[in-house]
Amino acid sequence: MENKDISEQLKNTVQLSLNNKEKLIIKGGNSKHFYGRTPAGKTLNIAEHQGIINYEPSELVITVRAGTKLKDIEALLAKNNQMLAFEPPAFSDHATIGGTIACNLSGPRRAYTGAARDYVLGTKIINGQAEILSFGGEVMKNVAGYDVSRLITGAMGTLGVLLEISLKVVPKPETEITLVHNCTAEQALVKLQQWSVLPLPITASCFYQDQLNIRLSGSEKAINTIQQSLGGEVLNEVNAFWYSVKEQTHPFFDKEKNLWRVSTASNTPITTKNKDSFYEWGGALRWIKVDISIDKIPDSLNGHITLFRSPAIKNEVFQPLPKHLLQKHRNLKQAFDPQGIFNIGRMYPEF
Amino acid sequence: MGDFIPSNSLNVLPPYCRDKACLVSTELWKEAIKQSFINTHKDLFEGKMNASTVVITFVFLSMNSSSAKFSFPNINLQQLLKQLLCIVNSDSVLYQEEDLRPYECDALSAYQQLPFIVVLPETTEQIQKILQLCNKIDLPVVARGAGTGLSGGALPYAKGLLLSLAKLNKIITIDQQLQTAIVQPGVRNLAISEAVSHLGLYYAPDPSSQIACTIGGNVAENSGGVHCLKYGLTVHNIQQLKIVTIEGELITIGGNGLDSPGYDLLALLTGSEGMLGIIVEVTVKLLPKPEHIQTLLAAFDNAVNAGKAVANIISAGIIPAGLEMMDKLAVKAAEDFVHAGYPVEAEAILICELDGIEEEVRQQVIAVQNILLANAAIEVRIAKDEQERVNFWKGRKNAFPAVGRLSADYYCMDGTIPRKHLPQVLQTMAEMSKSYDLAVANVFHAGDGNLHPLILYDGSKVGELEKAEEFGGKILELCIAVGGTITGEHGVGMEKLKQMCVQFNLAELKQFHAVKAAFDPKALLNPGKAVPSLHRCAELGAMHVHHGKLPHPELERF
Repeated sequence: MENKDISEQLKNTVQLSLNNKEKLIIKGGNSKHFYGRTPAGKTLNIAEHQGIINYEPSELVITVRAGTKLKDIEALLAKNNQMLAFEPPAFSDHATIGGTIACNLSGPRRAYTGAARDYVLGTKIINGQAEILSFGGEVMKNVAGYDVSRLITGAMGTLGVLLEISLKVVPKPETEITLVHNCTAEQALVKLQQWSVLPLPITASCFYQDQLNIRLSGSEKAINTIQQSLGGEVLNEVNAFWYSVKEQTHPFFDKEKNLWRVSTASNTPITTKNKDSFYEWGGALRWIKVDISIDKIPDSLNGHITLFRSPAIKNEVFQPLPKHLLQKHRNLKQAFDPQGIFNIGRMYPEF
Repeated sequence: MGDFIPSNSLNVLPPYCRDKACLVSTELWKEAIKQSFINTHKDLFEGKMNASTVVITFVFLSMNSSSAKFSFPNINLQQLLKQLLCIVNSDSVLYQEEDLRPYECDALSAYQQLPFIVVLPETTEQIQKILQLCNKIDLPVVARGAGTGLSGGALPYAKGLLLSLAKLNKIITIDQQLQTAIVQPGVRNLAISEAVSHLGLYYAPDPSSQIACTIGGNVAENSGGVHCLKYGLTVHNIQQLKIVTIEGELITIGGNGLDSPGYDLLALLTGSEGMLGIIVEVTVKLLPKPEHIQTLLAAFDNAVNAGKAVANIISAGIIPAGLEMMDKLAVKAAEDFVHAGYPVEAEAILICELDGIEEEVRQQVIAVQNILLANAAIEVRIAKDEQERVNFWKGRKNAFPAVGRLSADYYCMDGTIPRKHLPQVLQTMAEMSKSYDLAVANVFHAGDGNLHPLILYDGSKVGELEKAEEFGGKILELCIAVGGTITGEHGVGMEKLKQMCVQFNLAELKQFHAVKAAFDPKALLNPGKAVPSLHRCAELGAMHVHHGKLPHPELERF
């Protein structure tokens, strides 16, 4: 892993773009270029801005430069028997922590332990006025000032350039097993709901084509007891299975078709056919291969949709925002990036 | 302290306020308020609503500077009352001094200020109309829940409307399938857990004021509690908010699923201290009650060993549900107060609570016990039953009032530090305690590094409050110096504005002001709180200096 601080260089580039009235596209490992709309501008590459700034396992915190590769961070944490609790998908070996946080993408564990934004403790950023600013910090509890670090998480680079990120890390569970139940989609939702009100150590769930998989994490003794009460077959190759879900290498994820991401209330009734749907997060995340019109979302959807991947050129990717909410987004964009130079058009046409 | 008017209001007020500046003494200003009430009562009782109008020119004096001077536009109380009574019933508007008195402060009683008027709406529609009115006539609005905040966040604004959300106290729905509850902002924190207890669920964040504090206030402050090491803060435990903007628009933030499109406004609004919008509805996430809970209490003959034990527990891969430390003075005070059976001879005690699956908890209890003993604990007790467990917590949960019995007044601080610096910070605090000649009791969320030093003082002694405040300020600056923060869970409010100038540089503060302006361009919501004006920081001279250079040399200094 490299250890290189190019923050001044990045800042100067931002200043130059401001002077020249140019727009910038922020790029890390380019692993998530498929996600979101296509912005216009010159590339601002942050991938060289790498290195671990602080990591003390007993403090449960790691601070890293945004260009640090996700796989390097995960390897370092694993050496200390720790991990990122939100199990982020990488989609490539080049994925950086900056891109991961900018997209707020979280994996199978998300429904049970929280999203990327839940683990962000602090950030250092360059705003749209070429100022380097720090928000939050390295402590678990911090309510000084607005929570800019979490606001910028998932903003897809439209509010500023991430330079450094402090994340809360968690211990790795002692043991994990995966149980398989054969059932219909409706039965799977009922089961997941019944389990969700019980204090069970479920850390992932997934349903596809009559097969419900759940992962249990904890001490070996505890897991054995729970396994007996929940029933189901024990799945071998546990890590490989959840990796295929997280990284979308599972056969369901056919890159030739539009892939819609539906984030919904977990008890929303099933409306799509079995082969076209893939369920995660206890039913709260549904991947669908049937086309939906992003401008006419039925109320019965009970959530929001994203055109996550598409083989064709994408027009709108994220569900349109209601009028007043959109205005607040515009105002915030203006507050961070008044000249509108960062990732314009990545999220919505205006920002 | 007298009437405390923030100099930083200067910066956040509409420009016309700054232009018509005049200067009078605090005494004159008090007299103006008094007169206004006399006149108001007279007019109202005599039924002459349209007779003389009460016109008050409010003049603001800074506590730290006499250079800050400005006035608000005139407000006509009768006209305001007339407009408000078109929106709410007459028993929902308070304007007489004796009715305003209960609202003059929150739980940080060192700061007191009567509001101009108090309104207690009952519906979201009323709140929308009230805010539309305030926005139209440039009347500042301060939202208030139960008033249990510890940083002066709900301190009224002399020329403002205090919006009490106490009447919006209904639990709208409980959804067992989704493990959520939709509640109004005035619902008490503990009332949520009580209402869902029969379903085997609870709401995890448990600030020590949970019997009284409301969920709206919890969201505004991003409240924590003793269990946030494992279960997170308010921001981790809510799913959706409905807010009313200063323009009176109702906006839904968050979603029915686990995320929502666009920016994470749910996170931004949480902990925004009533500066961005009025929270009118909260969807909280509920958790299944843990299958098994076990609590240990360990005594140490020095705090350093207790601190090491905390680090070793975390390093062993155990995340306790709660991990609390109390020092000798706090232990003794708690013991004298509630007779929890604490080892009063100890220099520090740790309370460690483990929860989860029974087998796992049993294993962890043994592991934690061994770690405590390996770090020279002089005694380790494991609660043998629920009664003993409750007893272990009784002393901790009553620590603040217990310390309150030792002294006429106490000042509760709220810094957070990286845990590894605990011994150094405790040592420095002990030295400062000697030099200020004020005792400090320490109650500490040890697991997440959140300190609550309680400075004991006597407000009736001249200069002692100021001394306590200065001492407290130094503690917060110490927290920043070791890489921590000035507030872990109580918020900045009025109290920590000065230390915000130390924690953040001017460019960062400017960014905060820009965020504020994105929601509240006229700065009518809770003016003067949470983020200090750039003027104030420049005035105080306590500026954050990077590389020996003042940021923004172009800014005028006062």
